[in-house]
Amino acid sequence: MIHLTVPVSRGDVEALAVGDIVEMSGTIHTLRDEAHREALAYAARNEQLPFDIRDGVVFHCGPIMRKKGEDWELMAAGPTTSTRMNDLEPDFIRTFGPRIIIGKGGMSRPTVEAMSTNGCVYLATTGGAAVLAARGIRSVSGVHWLGLGMPEAVWVLEASHFGPLTVAIDAHGNSLFEDVDKNVRATLTTLKKRMGI
Amino acid sequence: MDEEALEQELITLMRKGVVELPPDVLTSLRIAYEREDNEVARMQLSAILDNIALARQTGRPLCQDTGIPLFFVTLSPSFSQPLLTLIRRAVAHATYEVPLRPNTVDPLTRQNPGTNVGCGMPAVTFETHDRPYTDITFFPKGAGSENMSSMRMLTPSKGLNGIKEYVLDSIFEAGGKTCPPTIVGIGIGGSADLCMHLAKKALLRPLGDRHPRRDIADLEQELEDVLNETGIGPMGMGGRTTVLGVHIGIADCHTASLPVAINMQCWAARQATLRIHDSGEVEYV
Repeated sequence: MIHLTVPVSRGDVEALAVGDIVEMSGTIHTLRDEAHREALAYAARNEQLPFDIRDGVVFHCGPIMRKKGEDWELMAAGPTTSTRMNDLEPDFIRTFGPRIIIGKGGMSRPTVEAMSTNGCVYLATTGGAAVLAARGIRSVSGVHWLGLGMPEAVWVLEASHFGPLTVAIDAHGNSLFEDVDKNVRATLTTLKKRMGI
Repeated sequence: MDEEALEQELITLMRKGVVELPPDVLTSLRIAYEREDNEVARMQLSAILDNIALARQTGRPLCQDTGIPLFFVTLSPSFSQPLLTLIRRAVAHATYEVPLRPNTVDPLTRQNPGTNVGCGMPAVTFETHDRPYTDITFFPKGAGSENMSSMRMLTPSKGLNGIKEYVLDSIFEAGGKTCPPTIVGIGIGGSADLCMHLAKKALLRPLGDRHPRRDIADLEQELEDVLNETGIGPMGMGGRTTVLGVHIGIADCHTASLPVAINMQCWAARQATLRIHDSGEVEYV
């Protein structure tokens, strides 16, 4: 298994190919729909984000957190469906320069292209496997924009050997999901013919 | 049973509902793992099985998306407690205690009350029967699969082939977004709203259970086999297991209509049922 440490360099991600299995250690930021929109609104106003994700990791995730005194305890943290961020991610990647996006379900062609241009990869993790994923998170070091609600807030997580993750979109324009999609489309035509529809 | 005791049982029901999977779903996932020979697919299913065991060990919700709280209640004729009020109170408490993720928001302002209680939420469907017990089923419904639901008012001339094509195209469109392997609930007939209700209720049937009507049972089997031939696979990353089951619910419809609805359920097909006997005895069935 390939091990990545944050901050991740362009060279680190360019060395990855679709199908590689990786794990990672370092700081992860969770961002979903609302946080992507909020971050881009900051950029439009030329305002500095309250966190830095250049060369960092975006996790499409809305965790379950529990407050323990002043601290937050992570209960469960699986990925959310990445396609919801399809319209926002290309701009987001160009503006903020993350190196890794973690999620499930894959992302659309414009995102694949933005990843290839900017040196970024998409790592797929198993949807729903939230207790397993939480095992790779050592601590919660902060939260931003909690006003968006627990799922939509930006949680700052400290990961240690977080994974295994599958490289599903590499930095060279390849996508495992597009490959599967192509095969499925061809199979579907055959199946429909066989069924007489 | 007094109101406080019932509220505690409802919290226990929700805890059980988000931490554990019904045995039929677990068995079906294990069979899927054995059947896969593709490494990516095996890795996904192995993570799923490990995660289920870990959730049970730690008592934590197995998926961070603990869904929106749906309840299906079948009332005994002699049940007399203010169940809707108790469920609303129990959901707010369970959100803090279990904990459940506070998922429900105002659809327009997106404001999150933090309790999973608000306008129309939790959603409780009441039915009645003549038996001496009340069943309360908690069905936490995650968004990944629910977001790929749809319905069509087909023209009757589209017939059986039209239904099959719509189902195939919908599952293709859903791809990995629904966290496959999924259970596909299909409603056929009724009115538009009844049709989607049939699709949702079909998801509650245990896996392996076939529709009592022979032609419908055959359609369930045919669609299940074909969908598992598509190659979408676990998490949409390729493989033999795209669905764990296809369940169909039907109702007669207008002679000018052919409503078809699809409601999807991710692999984390959680549900739990509390049975309250008129005698006061309580069991989880």
